[in-house]
Amino acid sequence: LAKAEQPTLLQGTLDLLILHALQRGSMHGYAIAQTIHLLSDEVLKVEEGSLYPALYRLELDGAVAAKWGLSENNRKAKYYSITRRGKSLVADQQATWNRLSSAVQRVLAR
Amino acid sequence: MPRLLLKLLRRKRLAQDLDAELAFHRDMSGEHQNAVGLGNTSLIKEEAFDLWRFNLLENLFRDLLHAVRRLRASPALLLSAMLSLGLGIGANTAIFQLLDAVRLKALPVQNPQELAGVEIEGGHGGMGINPGEYPELTRPMWQELRRYQHAFSGIFAWTADGVNIGEGESLHRGKAIWITGEFFRVLGVSPWRGRLISSEDEGPCPASVVVVSYAYWRTAMGGSDIGNSTMVVDGERKEIIGVTPPGFFGLSVGDAFDVAIPLCQESNMSRDVFDVAVMGRLRPGWSVKRAAEQLKSISPAIFEATAPEGRSPRSIEAYKRFKLTAVPAARGVSVVRDQYSSSLWLLLAITGLVLLITCANLANLLLARASTRDREMAVRLALGASSIRLLQQLLVEAGCLCALGAGIGISLAPLFSRVLIWTLSTEGGPMDLAIAFDWRILLFAAGVATATGLFFGAMPIRRTLNAQPGATLKTAGRGTTASRQRFLTQQALVVTQIAVSLVLLVGALLFVRSFRNLLTFDPGMRESNITVAFVAFQKSRVSPDHYIQFQERLIEEVKPIPGVIDVASTSNVPLVGGSWEHGVRTGSSDGLSKFTWVSPEYFNTMGIQVIAGRDFKSSDSRTSLHVAIVNKTFVRRYLPNANPIGQTLRTVMEPNYPSTLYQIIGVIPDTKYSDLRGDTPPMTFAPASQHPDPGPFIPLMIHSTMPASAVMSAVKRVLAQNHPEIVVTGGSFEQWIRDGMIRERAMAILSGFFGILAALLAVVGLYGVMSYVITNRRNELGVRMALGASRRQVIGMVLREVCLLVVVGTVIGGALSLLAGQAARTLLFELSPYDPFALAAASVLLIAISLLASFVPARHASKIDPMISLRYE
Repeated sequence: LAKAEQPTLLQGTLDLLILHALQRGSMHGYAIAQTIHLLSDEVLKVEEGSLYPALYRLELDGAVAAKWGLSENNRKAKYYSITRRGKSLVADQQATWNRLSSAVQRVLAR
Repeated sequence: MPRLLLKLLRRKRLAQDLDAELAFHRDMSGEHQNAVGLGNTSLIKEEAFDLWRFNLLENLFRDLLHAVRRLRASPALLLSAMLSLGLGIGANTAIFQLLDAVRLKALPVQNPQELAGVEIEGGHGGMGINPGEYPELTRPMWQELRRYQHAFSGIFAWTADGVNIGEGESLHRGKAIWITGEFFRVLGVSPWRGRLISSEDEGPCPASVVVVSYAYWRTAMGGSDIGNSTMVVDGERKEIIGVTPPGFFGLSVGDAFDVAIPLCQESNMSRDVFDVAVMGRLRPGWSVKRAAEQLKSISPAIFEATAPEGRSPRSIEAYKRFKLTAVPAARGVSVVRDQYSSSLWLLLAITGLVLLITCANLANLLLARASTRDREMAVRLALGASSIRLLQQLLVEAGCLCALGAGIGISLAPLFSRVLIWTLSTEGGPMDLAIAFDWRILLFAAGVATATGLFFGAMPIRRTLNAQPGATLKTAGRGTTASRQRFLTQQALVVTQIAVSLVLLVGALLFVRSFRNLLTFDPGMRESNITVAFVAFQKSRVSPDHYIQFQERLIEEVKPIPGVIDVASTSNVPLVGGSWEHGVRTGSSDGLSKFTWVSPEYFNTMGIQVIAGRDFKSSDSRTSLHVAIVNKTFVRRYLPNANPIGQTLRTVMEPNYPSTLYQIIGVIPDTKYSDLRGDTPPMTFAPASQHPDPGPFIPLMIHSTMPASAVMSAVKRVLAQNHPEIVVTGGSFEQWIRDGMIRERAMAILSGFFGILAALLAVVGLYGVMSYVITNRRNELGVRMALGASRRQVIGMVLREVCLLVVVGTVIGGALSLLAGQAARTLLFELSPYDPFALAAASVLLIAISLLASFVPARHASKIDPMISLRYE
C-alpha cells in the first residue's frame, strides 16, 4: 500500500526533472533530490541509486556541467549546472512530456 | 568522444570524486534526517563506472589483463595448453593446407573457372597405346576436334611425362609437358623472360624450341640469362626461348613441370595412340554443359573420321560409339589429387580427433580450475555481479588460450606441411606442391581455434551458469559421495577421450599392419638385388629390322660385367605401374591378357619358376614357332579343363600387332603384375625375339648383389665403350617398388604417430581427472579409512571406478572404430577394416596404460591420513 502513494518515475522523466530543477541555478546532487522531492509536494522520491548515474549520464551528454565548490555548510560538494545544450534538451523534453501527459489525460477523460 | 577519452584516462580521479560525492550525500541526508536514501552505494559506483567507460571494450580489456595475469600465475597450465593447442591446430592447418593445394585451389591462371577439359565419356576402355600421363585422345581426334568445335574461344592439347635432360655426365631426369601453340595464350600466362611457345612453334618433329619453368630456371640454370642458350632434352638439342612466371606449375597439381616443349606433328599420326589431353577456355556465355552438348553433337563425325585401321570390327564399332564431353577444369588435372585426397581427408579427420582429445583435456583442466574458483564466483554472484560479466571473463580466458594456440599453430603449420610433403615424396618423385598461406588457411585455422575455444571454454561456463551461490558457499568444496554427479562432466569427457583415442589407435594399428603386409608381401618374384636399366638407342642408327638383334647384342655386352649374375630384357617392367594388354582367343573363349615379351633368361633373373612345360630358349627365334608361357590365372580363366601345354592362343589384331597364333609351352605361378595391390590378371609371356613391333630401346632387369648405383655406372661405362650415343637411365627395382608404397608408408607413420599421441593425451587426461576427484573426495576417503577400510580396499575402489570409465570408453570406441573402419577400407592392403587383432591390441593397450596411470592417484588416496583429512575444514 505504501507503494501506491509513492509512484515510481516513468522511464526518462528523471532527466527532465533534474534538468528542470537545475534551471533554478546550480546545485549539488543532494539538493537536486531535495528540490524534486519538495516541488512534487513530497510525492516523488528520486529512486535510490538512480540520481547519480543519471547525473553522470547527463554530464557525459553535455547537458549539465559539474564543478567542485563549497556547500552551504562549508563542505566540499560537487555542483551541477545546466548547459546551453541542457536548456534546449529540457525544452524538447518538456514539450514531449506535455504532449504525452495531455494525451494520457484525454484518454482517461473519456 | 574526446571527453569520454579524457574520463577514461582520469578514471582514478573520477573514482575518488564519486566516493567524495556519495559521502557528502550520505552526510547531508544523515544531518537532515530525511528519507531520501542512497541505497546500494556499490551498485551506484558500478553503474557510474559503466557510464564512464566504453563498456564492452574496457571490460574486455580488463578481463584480458585479468586472464593474462591468471594464466601467468599457472605456467604449467599455460604451457601444456599452448603446446597441445599449438600442435593440434598446427597439424590440422598443415593437412588442410595440403588438401587446399591438392584439392580445392584453382589453377594459378586467368579466370580458371572458364576452363574445361575434353574427354571421351566414360573413357576409352584401355584401347590402343596409352603413353604419357594423360592418355585421353589420339592426335587425329584432336585435329578433328580443333577444326569442328565451337564451344571454346581457345583450345589446346597437351601431355606430360618424364624426360632425360642434358647429356653425358650432367644427364638427369626431369618433367616435361608437351603443348600445342595455344596453350599459354588460352591460359593467359605471360612470359617471365623471353617469349613463350605460340602457334608459330607448332610444326614437324622434332621441335626445336623449349620453355623452362621458373623453378627449373632458378635451381638448375641459376637464373642466368637465357639469350641464345640451348639444352638437350631426350637427346635433342633445343633452343631455350623463355621462362614461365613463378607460381605457374602447369595443369597438374602436385606434379610441376621443368620444361615445356611444342607438341610436334609427326608425318604419320597414329590413330591408335591415345597420348594427349585437351583443354580449352569456354566462349563467353557458354557453360560446361552447353559445351558438352556441342561436343556430343560433333562426336559421330569425329570418331567416324578417325577410326583406327587394323582392329577387329567389334573394337571399331565400339570406337565409333564414343562420345566426347566437357568437364570443369578450373582446378586442373592431378594424379596426385586422386592418389592422395582420400588419405588427406582421413588424416584431417585423425588430426581433428586428436584436437578433440586435446580440447577435452583442456576442458578438464579448466573445469578443475573453475572448481577452485567456485567460491570466488559464488561470492561475486551473491554480491550482485551479473552472470554475463562472469561468463565474459571465462570466455576471454578461453579465447586467450585459443588465440595463443592458433598463433603457435599457424606458425608451426608451414613446418608441418613440409614434413608432410617430405613423408609423401619419394626419391625419384618429389611432390611439388605450391603451399601458399592464403586467407583460406587463416580462416580454417581461426575456425578450428574458435571451435576448440568454444568447446573447452563452454564446460566451465555451463558450470558457472548452473552454480547455486548459496549451496556452493555452504559446502565450501568439501565433496561427499552424495555429490558425485559433480564429476559427471569430467567423467563423460574421460570416456569420450578413451573412446576417441581407441578409434585412433585401432586406425593406426590397421595402417601399420597394412604397410607391413605390403612390405612383406611376396609378389612371386625377386625384388631385391635387381637393377632396372632403360637403354635407349634411338641415335645408334640401327634400322628397325635389326632392333631385336641389337637388343640381344646389348644384353650380351652387359652379361660379362663383374658382379652381374643374370640379365634379361622385358617389354614391361613389373610392379611399377606399366601395362600392356591384348585381346586373346583360346579355344572358344575370348578375353584379355597382359602381354610381356622377355629374353630367355627373364624367369631365371626374376626368380620365377616355370612349374609346367619349359622355359624360353635362345632357339625360340623370329622365324621359329611362336611360343608363349602363361600364368596360372590365365589357365584357370581360359583353359580350365585341359592341359594347357600344347594349347594355342590367338591375339586379336591391332595396328602393328597382327593377329598371331602362339603355342603355350609353359606355365608360371601367379605373380603380381603392375601393382602389388589388386588381383593377378591373366598374363602371357612371349620371347623377345618374336616381338612384332620392337622399339629402339630396351628395359633390362639385372640381377646383381652390387648396389644399384654401382651396377648402373658399370652398365653405362661398358655400353659407352662401343655405343657412346646410348642413353641409360634406371635404378633399384626394390626402391621403385618401395616408392609405390609411399601412401601406405605415410599413412602408417602419421596415423601411428597420432594414435600414440591420442592415447597419451587420453591417459594424461584420465590421470588429471582421477587426481582431481580424489583430492575432492579426501573427506569421504578419510571417513572410510577411519571406519576400517584398508589401503588395498581404497586402491581397489579407485581402480574399479577407473575400470568402469575405461571399459565404457573402450566399448564405445570399439563400436566407433568399426564404423570408422569403412572409411579406411580402400586404403588397406590385404587387411579387413574389422581386424580383430588391431581392435584387441588397441583395447588391451589402452586399458593397461589407463590403469597404470590411475594407480598413482589411487596409491596417493590410500596414503591419506584419516585424522588429517577429517580435521581439514
